[in-house]
Amino acid sequence: MEQLSAWFTNLLADNTIFNAQTLEYYAEGLATTVQLVFLSLVIGLVMAVPLAIARGSRRKWIKMPIFFYTYVFRGTPLLIQLYIIYYGVVFIDGIQDTWLWLILEEPFYPALIAFTLNTAAYTTEIFHGAIKATSKGEIEAARAYGMSRGLMMRRIILPSAFRRALPAYGNEVIFMLHASAIASVVTIMDLTGAARLVYARYYAPFDAFLFVALLYLCLTFAILYLFRYLEKRMLAHLKPQS
Amino acid sequence: MAETPLPLEVRNLRKRFGDNEVLKGLSLQAHQGDVITLIGASGSGKSTFLRCMNLLEQPNEGELIVHGEPIRFKETRHGREPADWKQVERIRAKLSMVFQGFNLWAHMTLLENVIEAPIHVLKKPRKEAIEQGRALLDRVGLLERADYYPVQMSGGQQQRGAIARALAMDPEVMLFDEPTSALDPELVGDVLKVMRDLAKEGRTMIVVTHEMAFARDVSSQVIYLHQGLVEEAGPPGEVLNNPRSERLRQFLAPKH
Repeated sequence: MEQLSAWFTNLLADNTIFNAQTLEYYAEGLATTVQLVFLSLVIGLVMAVPLAIARGSRRKWIKMPIFFYTYVFRGTPLLIQLYIIYYGVVFIDGIQDTWLWLILEEPFYPALIAFTLNTAAYTTEIFHGAIKATSKGEIEAARAYGMSRGLMMRRIILPSAFRRALPAYGNEVIFMLHASAIASVVTIMDLTGAARLVYARYYAPFDAFLFVALLYLCLTFAILYLFRYLEKRMLAHLKPQS
Repeated sequence: MAETPLPLEVRNLRKRFGDNEVLKGLSLQAHQGDVITLIGASGSGKSTFLRCMNLLEQPNEGELIVHGEPIRFKETRHGREPADWKQVERIRAKLSMVFQGFNLWAHMTLLENVIEAPIHVLKKPRKEAIEQGRALLDRVGLLERADYYPVQMSGGQQQRGAIARALAMDPEVMLFDEPTSALDPELVGDVLKVMRDLAKEGRTMIVVTHEMAFARDVSSQVIYLHQGLVEEAGPPGEVLNNPRSERLRQFLAPKH
Protein backbone atom coordinates (compact mmCIF):
# COMPACT_ATOMS: atom_id res chain seq x y z
CA MET A 1 0.00 0.00 0.00
CA GLU A 2 2.75 2.39 0.97
CA GLN A 3 4.62 1.40 -2.11
CA LEU A 4 1.63 2.14 -4.20
CA SER A 5 1.13 5.60 -2.77
CA ALA A 6 4.81 6.34 -3.12
CA TRP A 7 4.62 5.29 -6.75
CA PHE A 8 1.63 7.51 -7.28
CA THR A 9 3.22 10.57 -5.65
CA ASN A 10 6.28 9.95 -7.72
CA LEU A 11 4.24 9.78 -10.85
CA LEU A 12 2.60 13.11 -10.18
CA ALA A 13 5.84 14.73 -9.10
CA ASP A 14 7.46 13.96 -12.45
CA ASN A 15 4.55 15.11 -14.46
CA THR A 16 4.91 18.33 -16.32
CA ILE A 17 1.84 17.90 -18.44
CA PHE A 18 -1.01 18.09 -15.97
CA ASN A 19 -0.37 21.55 -14.64
CA ALA A 20 -2.83 24.31 -13.88
CA GLN A 21 -2.76 25.52 -17.48
CA THR A 22 -3.60 22.22 -19.16
CA LEU A 23 -6.16 21.28 -16.56
CA GLU A 24 -7.89 24.52 -17.36
CA TYR A 25 -7.95 23.57 -21.06
CA TYR A 26 -9.56 20.30 -20.11
CA ALA A 27 -12.05 21.98 -17.81
CA GLU A 28 -13.09 24.42 -20.52
CA GLY A 29 -13.25 21.60 -23.03
CA LEU A 30 -15.44 19.62 -20.70
CA ALA A 31 -17.79 22.59 -20.29
CA THR A 32 -17.99 23.09 -24.06
CA THR A 33 -18.64 19.42 -24.76
CA VAL A 34 -21.33 19.18 -22.11
CA GLN A 35 -22.97 22.38 -23.35
CA LEU A 36 -22.88 21.33 -26.98
CA VAL A 37 -24.18 17.83 -26.35
CA PHE A 38 -26.78 18.85 -23.80
CA LEU A 39 -28.21 21.66 -25.94
CA SER A 40 -28.34 19.60 -29.12
CA LEU A 41 -30.00 16.72 -27.26
CA VAL A 42 -32.62 18.93 -25.65
CA ILE A 43 -33.49 20.81 -28.84
CA GLY A 44 -33.33 17.58 -30.84
CA LEU A 45 -35.70 15.91 -28.40
CA VAL A 46 -38.19 18.76 -28.58
CA MET A 47 -38.08 18.62 -32.38
CA ALA A 48 -38.31 14.84 -32.52
CA VAL A 49 -41.61 14.46 -30.67
CA PRO A 50 -43.86 16.27 -33.18
CA LEU A 51 -41.77 14.91 -36.07
CA ALA A 52 -42.21 11.34 -34.85
CA ILE A 53 -45.98 11.83 -34.55
CA ALA A 54 -46.19 13.37 -38.01
CA ARG A 55 -43.88 10.65 -39.39
CA GLY A 56 -46.65 8.16 -38.60
CA SER A 57 -49.30 10.18 -40.42
CA ARG A 58 -51.40 8.48 -43.04
CA ARG A 59 -50.98 11.46 -45.36
CA LYS A 60 -48.09 11.01 -47.78
CA TRP A 61 -47.27 14.70 -48.08
CA ILE A 62 -46.72 14.89 -44.33
CA LYS A 63 -44.76 11.71 -43.73
CA MET A 64 -42.62 11.66 -46.88
CA PRO A 65 -40.68 14.91 -46.23
CA ILE A 66 -39.96 13.76 -42.68
CA PHE A 67 -38.81 10.38 -43.87
CA PHE A 68 -36.60 12.15 -46.42
CA TYR A 69 -35.11 14.33 -43.67
CA THR A 70 -34.35 11.43 -41.33
CA TYR A 71 -33.05 9.35 -44.22
CA VAL A 72 -30.60 12.05 -45.32
CA PHE A 73 -29.34 12.81 -41.82
CA ARG A 74 -29.00 9.18 -40.86
CA GLY A 75 -27.57 8.23 -44.24
CA THR A 76 -24.65 10.65 -44.31
CA PRO A 77 -21.71 11.06 -41.93
CA LEU A 78 -22.12 13.66 -39.22
CA LEU A 79 -18.71 15.07 -40.15
CA ILE A 80 -19.94 15.82 -43.67
CA GLN A 81 -23.07 17.46 -42.29
CA LEU A 82 -20.89 19.59 -40.05
CA TYR A 83 -18.62 20.58 -42.96
CA ILE A 84 -21.58 21.53 -45.12
CA ILE A 85 -23.08 23.73 -42.45
CA TYR A 86 -19.82 25.21 -41.16
CA TYR A 87 -18.11 25.86 -44.50
CA GLY A 88 -21.24 26.13 -46.58
CA VAL A 89 -23.08 28.96 -44.87
CA VAL A 90 -20.42 31.46 -45.89
CA PHE A 91 -21.46 30.99 -49.49
CA ILE A 92 -25.09 31.91 -48.93
CA ASP A 93 -25.51 35.28 -50.64
CA GLY A 94 -25.83 38.17 -48.29
CA ILE A 95 -25.74 36.12 -45.11
CA GLN A 96 -22.77 38.05 -43.82
CA ASP A 97 -24.86 41.20 -43.74
CA THR A 98 -27.61 39.75 -41.58
CA TRP A 99 -27.79 39.20 -37.83
CA LEU A 100 -27.58 35.49 -38.52
CA TRP A 101 -23.92 35.90 -39.33
CA LEU A 102 -23.19 36.99 -35.78
CA ILE A 103 -24.33 33.54 -34.71
CA LEU A 104 -22.93 31.48 -37.57
CA GLU A 105 -19.53 33.09 -37.49
CA GLU A 106 -18.77 31.30 -34.22
CA PRO A 107 -18.03 27.64 -34.90
CA PHE A 108 -20.09 26.64 -31.87
CA TYR A 109 -23.41 27.39 -33.57
CA PRO A 110 -22.88 25.57 -36.87
CA ALA A 111 -21.80 22.57 -34.80
CA LEU A 112 -24.85 22.92 -32.58
CA ILE A 113 -27.10 23.06 -35.65
CA ALA A 114 -25.48 20.02 -37.25
CA PHE A 115 -25.61 17.99 -34.04
CA THR A 116 -29.20 19.00 -33.33
CA LEU A 117 -30.43 18.09 -36.81
CA ASN A 118 -28.56 14.81 -36.62
CA THR A 119 -29.81 13.71 -33.23
CA ALA A 120 -33.34 14.90 -34.04
CA ALA A 121 -33.33 12.62 -37.08
CA TYR A 122 -32.25 9.58 -35.07
CA THR A 123 -34.58 10.38 -32.19
CA THR A 124 -37.51 10.82 -34.58
CA GLU A 125 -36.96 7.32 -35.90
CA ILE A 126 -36.57 5.87 -32.40
CA PHE A 127 -39.84 7.46 -31.25
CA HIS A 128 -41.61 6.61 -34.48
CA GLY A 129 -40.77 2.96 -33.96
CA ALA A 130 -41.90 3.09 -30.34
CA ILE A 131 -45.18 4.79 -31.27
CA LYS A 132 -45.84 2.22 -33.97
CA ALA A 133 -45.29 -0.57 -31.44
CA THR A 134 -48.11 0.65 -29.16
CA SER A 135 -50.46 -2.22 -28.42
CA LYS A 136 -53.48 -2.16 -30.73
CA GLY A 137 -55.67 -3.30 -27.86
CA GLU A 138 -54.67 -0.35 -25.69
CA ILE A 139 -55.44 2.07 -28.52
CA GLU A 140 -58.77 0.38 -29.04
CA ALA A 141 -59.57 0.69 -25.34
CA ALA A 142 -58.72 4.40 -25.49
CA ARG A 143 -61.11 4.86 -28.42
CA ALA A 144 -63.81 2.79 -26.76
CA TYR A 145 -63.63 5.03 -23.68
CA GLY A 146 -64.34 8.15 -25.71
CA MET A 147 -60.85 9.60 -26.02
CA SER A 148 -60.19 11.98 -28.89
CA ARG A 149 -57.09 11.47 -31.03
CA GLY A 150 -55.21 14.23 -29.24
CA LEU A 151 -56.06 12.97 -25.77
CA MET A 152 -55.17 9.42 -26.75
CA MET A 153 -51.80 10.59 -28.10
CA ARG A 154 -51.08 12.60 -24.95
CA ARG A 155 -52.29 10.14 -22.33
CA ILE A 156 -51.83 6.69 -23.83
CA ILE A 157 -49.59 6.51 -26.89
CA LEU A 158 -46.78 8.94 -26.02
CA PRO A 159 -46.31 7.94 -22.37
CA SER A 160 -46.10 4.30 -23.30
CA ALA A 161 -43.91 4.98 -26.35
CA PHE A 162 -41.44 7.13 -24.38
CA ARG A 163 -40.96 4.36 -21.90
CA ARG A 164 -40.38 1.83 -24.64
CA ALA A 165 -37.95 4.18 -26.38
CA LEU A 166 -35.88 4.83 -23.26
CA PRO A 167 -33.15 2.18 -23.74
CA ALA A 168 -32.66 3.07 -27.42
CA TYR A 169 -32.65 6.76 -26.59
CA GLY A 170 -30.01 6.19 -23.92
CA ASN A 171 -27.78 4.74 -26.62
CA GLU A 172 -28.44 7.75 -28.81
CA VAL A 173 -27.33 10.07 -25.99
CA ILE A 174 -24.06 8.18 -25.57
CA PHE A 175 -23.58 8.12 -29.31
CA MET A 176 -24.06 11.90 -29.44
CA LEU A 177 -21.53 12.44 -26.68
CA HIS A 178 -18.91 10.50 -28.60
CA ALA A 179 -19.84 12.00 -31.95
CA SER A 180 -19.35 15.46 -30.45
CA ALA A 181 -15.60 14.80 -30.57
CA ILE A 182 -15.65 15.81 -34.22
CA ALA A 183 -16.57 19.35 -33.20
CA SER A 184 -12.86 19.82 -32.66
CA VAL A 185 -12.20 19.66 -36.41
CA VAL A 186 -13.96 22.97 -36.89
CA THR A 187 -11.73 24.58 -34.26
CA ILE A 188 -14.08 24.18 -31.32
CA MET A 189 -12.21 23.71 -28.05
CA ASP A 190 -14.26 20.83 -26.75
CA LEU A 191 -12.76 17.97 -24.77
CA THR A 192 -11.13 16.47 -27.81
CA GLY A 193 -9.96 19.90 -28.93
CA ALA A 194 -8.34 20.43 -25.53
CA ALA A 195 -6.62 17.05 -25.76
CA ARG A 196 -5.29 17.88 -29.20
CA LEU A 197 -3.94 21.15 -27.92
CA VAL A 198 -2.19 19.47 -25.01
CA TYR A 199 -0.83 16.82 -27.32
CA ALA A 200 0.52 19.41 -29.74
CA ARG A 201 2.13 21.40 -26.97
CA TYR A 202 3.84 18.53 -25.12
CA TYR A 203 3.98 15.89 -27.83
CA ALA A 204 2.61 13.41 -25.32
CA PRO A 205 -0.15 11.44 -27.04
CA PHE A 206 -0.78 8.91 -24.30
CA ASP A 207 -1.11 11.42 -21.50
CA ALA A 208 -3.21 13.82 -23.53
CA PHE A 209 -5.61 11.34 -25.10
CA LEU A 210 -5.83 8.70 -22.39
CA PHE A 211 -6.80 11.40 -19.94
CA VAL A 212 -9.51 12.70 -22.24
CA ALA A 213 -10.70 9.15 -22.89
CA LEU A 214 -11.05 8.77 -19.14
CA LEU A 215 -13.18 11.91 -19.00
CA TYR A 216 -15.44 10.58 -21.76
CA LEU A 217 -15.74 7.33 -19.86
CA CYS A 218 -16.82 9.22 -16.74
CA LEU A 219 -19.46 11.13 -18.72
CA THR A 220 -20.69 7.90 -20.29
CA PHE A 221 -20.89 6.31 -16.88
CA ALA A 222 -23.02 9.19 -15.61
CA ILE A 223 -25.36 8.85 -18.60
CA LEU A 224 -25.62 5.09 -18.18
CA TYR A 225 -26.39 5.55 -14.52
CA LEU A 226 -29.07 8.17 -15.23
CA PHE A 227 -30.78 5.96 -17.80
CA ARG A 228 -30.58 2.91 -15.60
CA TYR A 229 -32.31 4.92 -12.89
CA LEU A 230 -34.96 6.17 -15.31
CA GLU A 231 -35.56 2.70 -16.68
CA LYS A 232 -35.91 1.25 -13.23
CA ARG A 233 -38.53 3.84 -12.37
CA MET A 234 -40.39 4.11 -15.64
CA LEU A 235 -40.23 0.56 -16.93
CA ALA A 236 -41.49 -1.12 -13.77
CA HIS A 237 -44.68 -1.94 -15.64
CA LEU A 238 -42.84 -4.17 -18.10
CA LYS A 239 -41.43 -6.52 -15.49
CA PRO A 240 -43.72 -9.11 -13.98
CA GLN A 241 -43.35 -9.28 -10.23
CA SER A 242 -42.09 -12.64 -9.13
CA MET B 1 -95.90 10.59 -19.35
CA ALA B 2 -93.05 10.53 -21.79
CA GLU B 3 -91.49 7.16 -22.30
CA THR B 4 -87.91 6.96 -21.13
CA PRO B 5 -85.68 6.32 -24.12
CA LEU B 6 -84.08 2.91 -24.55
CA PRO B 7 -80.44 2.76 -23.45
CA LEU B 8 -79.51 1.29 -26.82
CA GLU B 9 -81.32 0.50 -30.00
CA VAL B 10 -79.86 -0.89 -33.22
CA ARG B 11 -81.87 -1.00 -36.42
CA ASN B 12 -81.07 -3.04 -39.46
CA LEU B 13 -77.31 -2.90 -39.15
CA ARG B 14 -75.17 -4.09 -42.04
CA LYS B 15 -71.42 -4.41 -42.24
CA ARG B 16 -69.20 -5.41 -45.12
CA PHE B 17 -65.48 -6.14 -45.18
CA GLY B 18 -64.73 -5.69 -48.86
CA ASP B 19 -67.17 -7.90 -50.73
CA ASN B 20 -67.84 -10.05 -47.71
CA GLU B 21 -71.02 -9.03 -45.93
CA VAL B 22 -70.61 -10.16 -42.33
CA LEU B 23 -73.69 -8.52 -40.80
CA LYS B 24 -76.81 -8.76 -42.93
CA GLY B 25 -79.32 -6.55 -41.20
CA LEU B 26 -79.30 -6.96 -37.44
CA SER B 27 -81.56 -5.20 -34.97
CA LEU B 28 -81.58 -5.12 -31.21
CA GLN B 29 -83.38 -3.29 -28.43
CA ALA B 30 -81.82 -3.07 -25.00
CA HIS B 31 -84.19 -1.97 -22.26
CA GLN B 32 -83.00 -0.68 -18.93
CA GLY B 33 -81.64 -3.65 -16.97
CA ASP B 34 -81.57 -6.05 -19.89
CA VAL B 35 -78.78 -8.58 -20.19
CA ILE B 36 -78.57 -9.61 -23.81
CA THR B 37 -76.20 -12.40 -24.71
CA LEU B 38 -75.00 -12.88 -28.25
CA ILE B 39 -74.00 -16.44 -29.05
CA GLY B 40 -72.93 -18.17 -32.21
CA ALA B 41 -70.06 -19.99 -33.85
CA SER B 42 -66.88 -18.08 -34.64
CA GLY B 43 -67.40 -16.12 -37.82
CA SER B 44 -71.09 -15.63 -37.10
CA GLY B 45 -70.48 -11.88 -36.68
CA LYS B 46 -71.28 -11.57 -32.98
CA SER B 47 -68.10 -9.71 -32.05
CA THR B 48 -68.33 -7.48 -35.10
CA PHE B 49 -71.92 -6.68 -34.19
CA LEU B 50 -70.84 -5.65 -30.69
CA ARG B 51 -67.95 -3.57 -32.04
CA CYS B 52 -70.29 -1.75 -34.39
CA MET B 53 -72.37 -0.64 -31.41
CA ASN B 54 -69.64 1.69 -30.16
CA LEU B 55 -68.30 2.30 -33.65
CA LEU B 56 -64.98 0.55 -33.25
CA GLU B 57 -66.15 -0.84 -36.58
CA GLN B 58 -68.08 1.40 -38.95
CA PRO B 59 -71.40 -0.12 -40.02
CA ASN B 60 -72.20 0.36 -43.70
CA GLU B 61 -75.93 0.66 -43.11
CA GLY B 62 -78.32 0.88 -40.22
CA GLU B 63 -79.16 3.11 -37.30
CA LEU B 64 -77.70 3.33 -33.83
CA ILE B 65 -79.68 5.13 -31.16
CA VAL B 66 -78.14 5.60 -27.75
CA HIS B 67 -80.44 6.84 -25.02
CA GLY B 68 -82.72 8.37 -27.62
CA GLU B 69 -79.90 10.05 -29.52
CA PRO B 70 -79.35 8.76 -33.05
CA ILE B 71 -75.76 8.74 -34.29
CA ARG B 72 -75.40 10.90 -37.37
CA PHE B 73 -73.60 9.54 -40.41
CA LYS B 74 -72.42 11.05 -43.66
CA GLU B 75 -71.41 9.55 -46.97
CA THR B 76 -67.78 10.09 -47.98
CA ARG B 77 -65.57 8.81 -50.74
CA HIS B 78 -64.46 6.00 -48.46
CA GLY B 79 -68.01 5.01 -47.56
CA ARG B 80 -70.19 5.92 -44.65
CA GLU B 81 -68.59 7.65 -41.67
CA PRO B 82 -69.90 9.30 -38.54
CA ALA B 83 -70.73 12.92 -39.31
CA ASP B 84 -69.48 14.18 -35.98
CA TRP B 85 -66.63 12.44 -34.17
CA LYS B 86 -67.27 14.53 -31.06
CA GLN B 87 -70.69 12.92 -30.87
CA VAL B 88 -69.14 9.49 -31.30
CA GLU B 89 -66.65 10.16 -28.49
CA ARG B 90 -69.44 11.34 -26.22
CA ILE B 91 -71.52 8.27 -26.98
CA ARG B 92 -68.63 5.85 -26.62
CA ALA B 93 -68.12 7.19 -23.12
CA LYS B 94 -71.64 5.97 -22.30
CA LEU B 95 -71.04 2.47 -23.66
CA SER B 96 -68.04 1.14 -21.88
CA MET B 97 -66.50 -1.97 -23.27
CA VAL B 98 -64.76 -4.95 -21.69
CA PHE B 99 -62.43 -6.74 -24.11
CA GLN B 100 -61.39 -10.31 -24.57
CA GLY B 101 -57.74 -9.31 -24.15
CA PHE B 102 -58.44 -6.95 -21.19
CA ASN B 103 -56.57 -4.09 -22.90
CA LEU B 104 -55.63 -2.34 -19.69
CA TRP B 105 -53.15 0.47 -20.31
CA ALA B 106 -49.86 -1.20 -19.48
CA HIS B 107 -47.94 1.87 -18.32
CA MET B 108 -50.52 2.75 -15.68
CA THR B 109 -51.27 1.09 -12.37
CA LEU B 110 -54.65 -0.52 -11.92
CA LEU B 111 -56.09 2.49 -10.10
CA GLU B 112 -54.69 4.85 -12.74
CA ASN B 113 -56.39 2.72 -15.38
CA VAL B 114 -59.70 3.04 -13.58
CA ILE B 115 -59.57 6.81 -13.06
CA GLU B 116 -58.05 7.71 -16.44
CA ALA B 117 -61.17 8.12 -18.56
CA PRO B 118 -63.38 9.53 -15.77
CA ILE B 119 -60.84 12.32 -15.22
CA HIS B 120 -59.85 13.06 -18.82
CA VAL B 121 -63.00 12.18 -20.74
CA LEU B 122 -65.78 12.82 -18.23
CA LYS B 123 -63.80 15.66 -16.55
CA LYS B 124 -64.47 14.37 -13.08
CA PRO B 125 -62.47 15.96 -10.26
CA ARG B 126 -59.45 13.82 -9.51
CA LYS B 127 -60.25 13.32 -5.86
CA GLU B 128 -63.75 12.13 -6.60
CA ALA B 129 -62.50 9.79 -9.34
CA ILE B 130 -59.95 8.22 -6.99
CA GLU B 131 -62.56 7.71 -4.31
CA GLN B 132 -64.94 6.09 -6.77
CA GLY B 133 -62.10 4.08 -8.34
CA ARG B 134 -61.05 2.62 -5.01
CA ALA B 135 -64.64 1.74 -4.18
CA LEU B 136 -64.99 -0.06 -7.52
CA LEU B 137 -61.72 -1.93 -7.05
CA ASP B 138 -62.94 -2.98 -3.64
CA ARG B 139 -66.10 -4.21 -5.24
CA VAL B 140 -64.31 -6.44 -7.73
CA GLY B 141 -62.01 -7.64 -4.93
CA LEU B 142 -58.86 -5.88 -6.10
CA LEU B 143 -58.38 -2.98 -3.71
CA GLU B 144 -55.06 -4.32 -2.49
CA ARG B 145 -53.87 -4.45 -6.13
CA ALA B 146 -54.62 -0.78 -6.80
CA ASP B 147 -50.94 0.13 -7.25
CA TYR B 148 -49.98 -2.91 -9.30
CA TYR B 149 -49.26 -2.72 -13.00
CA PRO B 150 -51.36 -4.95 -15.28
CA VAL B 151 -48.39 -7.21 -16.04
CA GLN B 152 -48.10 -7.99 -12.34
CA MET B 153 -51.60 -9.43 -12.19
CA SER B 154 -53.24 -12.64 -13.38
CA GLY B 155 -55.60 -12.61 -16.34
CA GLY B 156 -58.62 -12.91 -14.10
CA GLN B 157 -57.49 -9.98 -11.98
CA GLN B 158 -56.81 -7.90 -15.07
CA GLN B 159 -60.26 -8.64 -16.41
CA ARG B 160 -61.94 -7.75 -13.13
CA GLY B 161 -59.86 -4.58 -13.14
CA ALA B 162 -61.06 -3.89 -16.67
CA ILE B 163 -64.64 -4.30 -15.46
CA ALA B 164 -63.96 -1.77 -12.69
CA ARG B 165 -62.59 0.58 -15.37
CA ALA B 166 -65.78 0.12 -17.36
CA LEU B 167 -67.97 0.75 -14.31
CA ALA B 168 -66.10 3.95 -13.50
CA MET B 169 -67.71 5.54 -16.55
CA ASP B 170 -71.22 5.11 -15.07
CA PRO B 171 -72.12 3.59 -18.41
CA GLU B 172 -75.56 3.50 -19.96
CA VAL B 173 -74.78 0.08 -21.39
CA MET B 174 -71.81 -2.23 -20.81
CA LEU B 175 -70.49 -4.16 -23.78
CA PHE B 176 -68.61 -7.40 -23.06
CA ASP B 177 -66.63 -8.91 -25.91
CA GLU B 178 -65.92 -12.54 -24.92
CA PRO B 179 -64.65 -11.44 -21.52
CA THR B 180 -63.66 -14.92 -20.33
CA SER B 181 -62.33 -16.46 -23.53
CA ALA B 182 -58.70 -15.54 -22.87
CA LEU B 183 -58.71 -16.78 -19.28
CA ASP B 184 -57.43 -19.97 -17.74
CA PRO B 185 -60.44 -22.13 -16.76
CA GLU B 186 -59.88 -21.68 -13.02
CA LEU B 187 -60.01 -17.88 -13.37
CA VAL B 188 -63.25 -17.72 -15.34
CA GLY B 189 -65.44 -18.14 -12.26
CA ASP B 190 -64.35 -14.93 -10.52
CA VAL B 191 -65.01 -12.84 -13.59
CA LEU B 192 -68.41 -14.41 -14.20
CA LYS B 193 -69.33 -13.84 -10.57
CA VAL B 194 -68.66 -10.12 -10.92
CA MET B 195 -70.75 -10.06 -14.09
CA ARG B 196 -73.61 -11.90 -12.41
CA ASP B 197 -73.59 -9.32 -9.62
CA LEU B 198 -73.76 -6.53 -12.17
CA ALA B 199 -76.71 -8.17 -13.87
CA LYS B 200 -78.44 -8.57 -10.52
CA GLU B 201 -78.10 -4.88 -9.70
CA GLY B 202 -79.84 -4.02 -12.95
CA ARG B 203 -76.98 -3.00 -15.25
CA THR B 204 -77.82 -3.02 -18.92
CA MET B 205 -75.36 -5.40 -20.51
CA ILE B 206 -74.70 -6.85 -23.93
CA VAL B 207 -72.45 -9.87 -23.72
CA VAL B 208 -70.76 -11.86 -26.44
CA THR B 209 -69.90 -15.14 -24.81
CA HIS B 210 -69.39 -18.87 -25.09
CA GLU B 211 -70.43 -19.43 -21.47
CA MET B 212 -73.80 -21.10 -21.92
CA ALA B 213 -74.44 -21.43 -18.18
CA PHE B 214 -74.02 -17.68 -17.82
CA ALA B 215 -76.30 -17.04 -20.78
CA ARG B 216 -78.92 -19.37 -19.35
CA ASP B 217 -78.88 -18.03 -15.79
CA VAL B 218 -78.37 -14.35 -16.29
CA SER B 219 -79.68 -13.12 -19.60
CA SER B 220 -83.05 -11.64 -20.28
CA GLN B 221 -82.57 -12.33 -23.93
CA VAL B 222 -80.37 -14.65 -25.97
CA ILE B 223 -79.61 -13.96 -29.61
CA TYR B 224 -78.14 -16.73 -31.71
CA LEU B 225 -76.34 -15.42 -34.78
CA HIS B 226 -75.49 -17.43 -37.83
CA GLN B 227 -73.60 -15.95 -40.79
CA GLY B 228 -74.56 -12.41 -39.96
CA LEU B 229 -78.25 -13.03 -39.36
CA VAL B 230 -80.35 -13.64 -36.27
CA GLU B 231 -81.19 -17.32 -36.46
CA GLU B 232 -83.05 -17.44 -33.19
CA ALA B 233 -83.76 -15.00 -30.37
CA GLY B 234 -85.77 -14.92 -27.20
CA PRO B 235 -85.69 -15.61 -23.47
CA PRO B 236 -82.94 -18.08 -22.52
CA GLY B 237 -85.46 -20.67 -21.34
CA GLU B 238 -86.90 -20.95 -24.83
CA VAL B 239 -83.84 -20.43 -26.96
CA LEU B 240 -81.40 -22.57 -24.99
CA ASN B 241 -83.73 -25.25 -23.67
CA ASN B 242 -85.99 -25.71 -26.68
CA PRO B 243 -84.13 -24.51 -29.72
CA ARG B 244 -86.27 -24.53 -32.82
CA SER B 245 -83.52 -24.39 -35.37
CA GLU B 246 -81.48 -27.46 -36.13
CA ARG B 247 -78.31 -25.39 -36.32
CA LEU B 248 -78.72 -24.00 -32.84
CA ARG B 249 -79.45 -27.48 -31.53
CA GLN B 250 -76.16 -28.65 -32.98
CA PHE B 251 -74.36 -25.57 -31.66
CA LEU B 252 -75.63 -26.31 -28.14
CA ALA B 253 -74.99 -30.04 -28.29
CA PRO B 254 -72.21 -31.09 -25.92
CA LYS B 255 -68.92 -31.41 -27.72
CA HIS B 256 -66.22 -33.85 -26.98
